[in-house]
Amino acid sequence: MSELLRSELLGSDLSHARTLALAGRHGGLGAAALTPAAPATRLSLRAKPDAVETLSAALGISLPTRPKTSASSNGRHALWLGPDEWLVIDETEADLMAAAASSNVLHSATDVSHRNTAILVKGFGAEVAVNGGCPQDLTLAAFPINACSRTIFGKAEIVLLRTADDAFRIECWRSFSPYVFGLLSEAAEDAGN
Amino acid sequence: MSGANRIPGAGRLTPAKTARFFFDGKSYAALEGDTVASALLANGVHLVGRSFKYHRPRGIVSAGAEEPNALIGVERDAARKQPNVRATVQDVFDGMKVVSQNRWPSLAFDVGAVNNLLAPFFAAGFYYKTFMWPKQAWKHVYEPQIRAAAGLGVSPTEDDTDHYSSRYAHCDVLVIGAGLAGLSAALAAAKTGARVIICDEQPEVGGALHYDKSVTIDGLDGFTWAQATAANLKRMTNVKVLPRTTAFGYYAQNFVGLNERVTEHLAKPDKKLPRERLWQVRAKRVIIATGAIERHMVFANNDRPGIMLASAARTFLNHFGVTVGKKIGVYTANDSAYEAAFDLKRAGVTIAAIVDSREKPGEGVLAEARALGIEVLTGHGVVNTSGNLRVSSMSVARNGGGAARSIAIDALLMSAGWTPSVHMFSQSRGKVAYDTETQRFLPGAYAQDCLSVGACNGTNDLQATIEESLAAGELTARASGYSASEKLELQGHNAFNWTGGMAGAAEGAGPDTTVKAFIDFQNDVCAKDIRLAVREGMHSIEHIKRFTTNGMATDQGKLSNIHGLAIAAETLGREIPKVGLTTFRAPYTPVTFGTLINHSRGELFDPTRKTPMHALEEAQGAVFEDVGQWKRAWYYARAGEDMHQAVNRECKTVRDVAGMFDASTLGKIEVVGPDAAQFLNLIYTNSWDTLKPGRCRYGIMLREDGFVYDDGVVGRLADDRFHVTTTTGGAARVMNHMEDYLQTEFPHLDVWLTSATEQWAVIAIQGPKAREIIAPLVDGIDLSNEAFPHMSVREGKICGVPTRLFRMSFTGELGFEVNVPADFGPAVWEAIRAQAEPLGACAYGTETMHVLRAEKGYIIVGQDTDGTVTPDDASLGWAVGKKKPDFVGIRGLRRPDLVADGRKQLVGLLTKDPKVVLEEGAQIVADPNQTVPMTMIGHVTSAYWSENCGRSIALALVAGGKARIGETLYVPMPDRTIAVEVSDMVFFDKEGGRLHV
Amino acid sequence: MLLIYCPYCEEERSELEFRQAGDAHIARPRNMTEMSDADFEAFFFLRDNVKGLTFERWRHLNGCGRFFNAARDTVSDKFLTTYKAGLPRPDISALRPAASSPVGTAPVETYEATEADAK
Repeated sequence: MSELLRSELLGSDLSHARTLALAGRHGGLGAAALTPAAPATRLSLRAKPDAVETLSAALGISLPTRPKTSASSNGRHALWLGPDEWLVIDETEADLMAAAASSNVLHSATDVSHRNTAILVKGFGAEVAVNGGCPQDLTLAAFPINACSRTIFGKAEIVLLRTADDAFRIECWRSFSPYVFGLLSEAAEDAGN
Repeated sequence: MSGANRIPGAGRLTPAKTARFFFDGKSYAALEGDTVASALLANGVHLVGRSFKYHRPRGIVSAGAEEPNALIGVERDAARKQPNVRATVQDVFDGMKVVSQNRWPSLAFDVGAVNNLLAPFFAAGFYYKTFMWPKQAWKHVYEPQIRAAAGLGVSPTEDDTDHYSSRYAHCDVLVIGAGLAGLSAALAAAKTGARVIICDEQPEVGGALHYDKSVTIDGLDGFTWAQATAANLKRMTNVKVLPRTTAFGYYAQNFVGLNERVTEHLAKPDKKLPRERLWQVRAKRVIIATGAIERHMVFANNDRPGIMLASAARTFLNHFGVTVGKKIGVYTANDSAYEAAFDLKRAGVTIAAIVDSREKPGEGVLAEARALGIEVLTGHGVVNTSGNLRVSSMSVARNGGGAARSIAIDALLMSAGWTPSVHMFSQSRGKVAYDTETQRFLPGAYAQDCLSVGACNGTNDLQATIEESLAAGELTARASGYSASEKLELQGHNAFNWTGGMAGAAEGAGPDTTVKAFIDFQNDVCAKDIRLAVREGMHSIEHIKRFTTNGMATDQGKLSNIHGLAIAAETLGREIPKVGLTTFRAPYTPVTFGTLINHSRGELFDPTRKTPMHALEEAQGAVFEDVGQWKRAWYYARAGEDMHQAVNRECKTVRDVAGMFDASTLGKIEVVGPDAAQFLNLIYTNSWDTLKPGRCRYGIMLREDGFVYDDGVVGRLADDRFHVTTTTGGAARVMNHMEDYLQTEFPHLDVWLTSATEQWAVIAIQGPKAREIIAPLVDGIDLSNEAFPHMSVREGKICGVPTRLFRMSFTGELGFEVNVPADFGPAVWEAIRAQAEPLGACAYGTETMHVLRAEKGYIIVGQDTDGTVTPDDASLGWAVGKKKPDFVGIRGLRRPDLVADGRKQLVGLLTKDPKVVLEEGAQIVADPNQTVPMTMIGHVTSAYWSENCGRSIALALVAGGKARIGETLYVPMPDRTIAVEVSDMVFFDKEGGRLHV
Repeated sequence: MLLIYCPYCEEERSELEFRQAGDAHIARPRNMTEMSDADFEAFFFLRDNVKGLTFERWRHLNGCGRFFNAARDTVSDKFLTTYKAGLPRPDISALRPAASSPVGTAPVETYEATEADAK
C-alpha cells in the first residue's frame, strides 16, 4: 500500500474499507458461471425448539425445523444446519444481531458475517460443478430449490443452498474460499462436457 | 491399403478414414477406430514385446482388457509417456508414437533373452532361494541389479501436463458393461424412468457382439442393434451412457469407481478437456453385466507370437477387418473356437485344422466344420509349437501319446472355455460358488444390492440372457419406486450354443512334464511352476500365487487364475472349490495416478489458509511458515538480512519500542448461554465463576487422563458470553472436544459453541509503546492502565470499525490484541502500521513470537508439551482450581503415575557457553561419561538465541527437573557434549513488571 | 466409502461428512473424584475390540454437527442402525439381514475369510 494511501487511512473512518476474500475473482464457463457473492450479514443462531417461534418473529423469517430446508424472504435466508442450529444470511446487510437480541428468548446468536464468504454458481452445469467436490445427491428430486446442507466440498466444509434449478449459493469460511473457488472453477470448466 | 492383412469388405471400420502411427520408429498405416493391436496385425506385425522374466518374444493374445502380453508405451511428448498400455485397448490416432517394452537393444534381438536359456535356474521361488546369502549382498548387490533388470516400461520423468477431473454421481441403477446383457438391463430400467448410468470399457457398446456376427436381435444384426439401443438410451434424459469408461472398483454400499478415458484416443485433444475423469458413483442398485473372458489352452510353447484367443481373432476379423494369419490352426476344448474358424474360412482364410481335445465336440459345430471342409481332429492335442518370432507350426498328437504330426501354420487360435467375469461381484464382497457341472465360479451369496446377468452370471443361452437382463433392469428400477408401463420383449437368435471347456494343463503339459506351458504370460508362470510350488509345501492358493507370482502381474491373472487353480488342485489331489480362489482386487484394470488424484494437485492439493493481512505482509517482506493448513508470517526480512538477523532485530524492537503481529490464526470459540461459565468450569482446570465481564484469564484444558490438551486466553464479554481462544493447530480439535462434552456429557447445560476463528482478524501490538501506537485510533475505550488493566477485554471501535480489544500479552510486554471483523483486517493493519513505524516499531513474525515467549517461560502446547505433561509438570499447577468438584481431567490428574516423584518437568536450561544454542529434541543426560546407551533423563523442547538476554536460552523436560535447578546436566551431540545449567523457566523480566505499565 | 444414516438429518450421507468417535454407551461417571484407580482405568483406558456387533459413536461433523450412536458389524462393516445420542441400545436381533444365495451352493471362501477363521 502506498504511503499516500496509508496517510489517508490514518485516523480516518475505515468502516467501508473492506478487503473481500474473493475480490476480483471470476471463474467457470457457460456451463456454470462463478461469482463471489456480495457482502452480507450472517448469524450463527442456536436455540431450542420452544424458542423457534419467538425468534422467527423477531427475525421476520420462519426458522425451518425440517432437515435440509431453508426459508427466504426479502433477501434474508434462514438455513437449517442442525436440530438447534441455523445460519441466517441477510443480503441487505441488516443488523441481525440486534434483531435476534430483541427476541428476549433463550438463544445464542454469534455474528459470523466476516467468517463466511459465499460463491454463487449458476448455469445448466451448476449441479455437475458442485458435484465435482460434493458427495451429496444434488438432483432436483433429492436436493430441490431452497434445500440446504452443511457438507463437504473436496477438502473444505461448505454450506450449500440451492437458489434455483440451475443455481447454488456456496458458503464457506473465509480462508477456505480460494480453495473452494479454485476447485469449483476446475469442476465448472468440466461441467459442460 | 491400411495393412496387407485387411480383408476387403470385412469389419466395421471405414477404409477411407486412415491414420499413420509409429511403432518403434517405423511408420504404419491404420484406420480410424483401430486399436494398436488391430493396426499392427493388419500390417502383419505379431511380435510386440518381450516377456518379463525370460524375455521370450511375445505377441497379441487377446482383443480386449484382459491382454497379458501386448504391453506398449505410448508417447505424446517428454512429459506424457504412458507405459504398460495394453495394445488391445489403446486406439490408434494419427501421428501416434508407440514403443515396445522390456527389450534391449531391439525387439527382435534382445540380450535379456539369455534368461530364457538360463530358465532352469529361474524356477518359481528362485528369488526367494538364491539371494539369501550373504546377508549384506541383498541390499548392495542383488536388489539393485534385480531392480534394474525388472519392471515393464519406463515412467515419464517430467511432471504430467495433462489434467484430470472427478465428479460424484448418483443413480437408481448402475449397469456395468454394455454388451447384450447390460444394454437389455439398462433399457428395461430406463424405460421405467429410473436414473440409469451404463458404462463400458470399450469405445463402442456391444461387448461380445463385436465378434459374434451370428447374433440377431429383433431381426437386426447384433452389433447394429447395440448401437441403436445405445443411441436410444442417450436420448433419454434419465440415462447416462459412458463408453470408454471402466468400472474399476466396487466399494461399500454400491459405491463404484469409474474411470472415463476422455482424450486418450485423440490425436490433438482439446486442452480444456481432462485426459481422464473419475466418476464416483453411488447407485441404489447395480447390475453387473461384465461378460466372460476366454481362457487360453495350456500346452508346450503356447506363448509364441501368433498364438492367440479364438475370440480375439474373431474380433480382429469381424470388427476390424483384419485376419491374423493366412493359414491358421485352432486348438480348443470348447465349441466357441469353431465359430472363429467358420468366420475366417468364409472370409477366405485357410484353416489348417481344428484340434479339439474333446472326443465329442458339439454336434452343430462339428457338422458345420465338415460342411465347410475344415479338418477336425477330435481327441487330439497340440503338444508343441515352433517358430522364433512368430509361430510357424504346431505338433499335433492323439491324446495319450502317439506320433506327433507337424502342421505348418502362421497363427494358432485357442480356447479352453470361458471364465465368467466375477471381478466386480467379488469386489462387492459377494461370495462366489463353484458350479461343478460347468466347472465355473459363479456369483453365490450377494453382499450388496446388485445382480449379475448374462455370461458373468453363467447364463449361456442368448434368449435366457436377454430375459434375465430385462427382468433385472425392471426389478432394480422397481426397488427405487419405478415401474414399467409395458413389458419389454426382445427376440434374439444365434447360430450355436457353446458347450465344453477345460481348466488346467492340456495334452503333453501334464504332471511329470517339464515343458514351458504358460499359464500366466505376463509373469512367465508355467504349469510346472505351480506343481513345484505345491511340492515345496505351498498348499494354500494364496501361497502358491505368491511363490509363483501367478496372477500377480498387471492383468491380475484374468486368463491364468483358473488354470493355476486347476493345476494346484490336481497336484494337491483336492477338488477345486476346496483349494479356494484368490481374492479379486480393485482396480479391475490399471488406473492412472492422475485419475485417482484428479483435482488434488498444485494449489488444490490441500486448502492453503491465508489470513486477511497475508498480501500486505508479503509486500512487507514476510517469509511464511506452514502451521497446519495456515501460512503464517515467520519473519520479515529486510534488505541484506538473513533470518537470524531479522529475528534478532524484531526481538529487540518489540522489547525496546513495540511490534505488531498477525495473530489471526488463533482459534476462537464464542461460548454463549446462561450456563457458559459452568460449562467452562467443566472444560478448563480453572474456575470461571469469579471472572468478571471485561476481564480475561489464561485457561488450561486437559484430557480426561489429566494431560494438557490445549491452552489459551478466555475473555468474558458478558455474563453469558465468553470469547475463548485456542492454539492455532488446536482450533478444530478443541471445538470438537468441547462439542463432544457439551452434547454427550453435559447436555443439561444451556450453552452453545460457535467457531469464530475466521470472523476476526487479530493484530497484536506488543511493547512499551503499544498504547501510544493504538491510542489515536481507538474510540470509546479508556486505554489507561487503571481503566484497562492487563488481562482485560473491551468492545469499542478502532478506525471506526467495531473491535474486541484485549489487553493481554504473549511477550511479557505491555500488549493489546485488536480483533476486528476479518474484512477490515488489512485496512486496520495499515492504519496501525502507519502509527507504529514512525515510532520505530516493526512487524514481527512467529519466530520472534516464539523467542519472546520463551524468554518469559510461556509454554507452547504441542511444542513444550507432548501429551504426557500435566499442568504441574509445566509449572502451571496454579491454574488448576483446587476446590472445584469436577472438571475434565480431575480424576486423571490423581492417577498414581501423575503424582509420583521424578516426573519429567519443564525447566529452563542455560548453556555454560552462552553462545551455544541447543537443538530442539536433543536428549539430556546426567553423566556424559556413562557407557552407551546412556540413560536419558529428558529432552530440549525449545531453544533459541535470545538477543534480549544476550545469550542462548532453552526449555526442557527433565526428570525431577524442578529439584535439579542449579545442577549441571549434559546434552551429548554427535560432535561434542554441551554442558548446561538447569534454571527456572523465566529468563527475562522475572518480576513481570513490564506487563503492567 | 460408507453411507451413514444420520438420525438428525434423517437421510443417508457420505462417510466423508462424518467422524468416528469411539465406543458408545460409556457414560462419564458423576463421581469422578471418588473413583478407584481400577474403576478409572476401566472407564477411560480399557475397550473391547469387538469382532462383530459393536456400538460406537459418530459425529456428523460436516453436516448437522450432532454426535449420535451406531450399531455396526465390524466384520461386514455394515451399519445395522443409528440412533440419537442419549437413547439406549436398540434391540439388534430384529435388524440382522439374512444372506441370499441364488446359486444355492456353498460359497467358496476367499483367503481373508479363511485366514481369519483359522486364527
